[in-house]
Amino acid sequence: MTVRRRFASVNEAQCVACGSCIKVCPKEAIHVPNGVSAIVDLLKCVGCGLCAKECPASVIEIKVHQEESMKEQVKG
Amino acid sequence: MKNKKKRWYEYLWIISAAYLVLGFFNILFAWIGLICFVVPLLISIGKGNKAYCNRYCGRGQLFDLLGNKLGLSRKKDIPAFIRSSWFRYGFLLFFLTMFGNMLFTTYLVFSEVHGLREIVKILWTFKVPWSFAYHGTAIAPWMVQFAFGFYSVMLTSTILGLITMILYKPRSWCVYCPMGTMTQGICKLKNPCKINK
Repeated sequence: MTVRRRFASVNEAQCVACGSCIKVCPKEAIHVPNGVSAIVDLLKCVGCGLCAKECPASVIEIKVHQEESMKEQVKG
Repeated sequence: MKNKKKRWYEYLWIISAAYLVLGFFNILFAWIGLICFVVPLLISIGKGNKAYCNRYCGRGQLFDLLGNKLGLSRKKDIPAFIRSSWFRYGFLLFFLTMFGNMLFTTYLVFSEVHGLREIVKILWTFKVPWSFAYHGTAIAPWMVQFAFGFYSVMLTSTILGLITMILYKPRSWCVYCPMGTMTQGICKLKNPCKINK
């Protein structure tokens, strides 16, 4: 069984590091630690898309990743 | 969703709004705006981050409030050319040139080459008589001239920010804000290994 996981992905080369995304993230999964670009914590991100909606530079997109469920991987 | 407690710095938009209003009553308040120039630079040079843009920028908060809470923004994507590096750095260069021009005008008043001009230049073009905000003080004329010039810079950038807030997303100004571009440039120099190509 495959699991679809959604997460935010930042185009770091075009990010302006304004931090608009930080405020709207309900999971506190996005940060701008070095003033260069936003970074997403994939363990916390649920791919809700609020950051992508807010980003003034439109450099955040929601990606869908398909992965096998833990159970399937154990069966392997 | 977590119920986030509001922090003190989330109210800094009040100061930004008050700053613009005070400029209509006494132009000398314009000097306070230097904080918005000095603090982001000090933070990026000292700490190597954009904490000013991320947390403390009252103007960004004001655009957020007007665009999101009051619904004044169309929330459309900004054209790709505005977020391109050449536009951002080009605008920074233009902004710095106009800032230098303003400093030169201040110098001319300081050196008594010409007298005080009680005008505010909007969008670097339109000269608006602003003598109603200057009531004559014991302060040196060059300081008053700087206040007129600096308020022109602040008002012009606010107008540009408002236009792009309405047309695109609320904080579209942040995409080409000269201070944001400059501080990000400083952070790139301070954190070279963290830049993804």
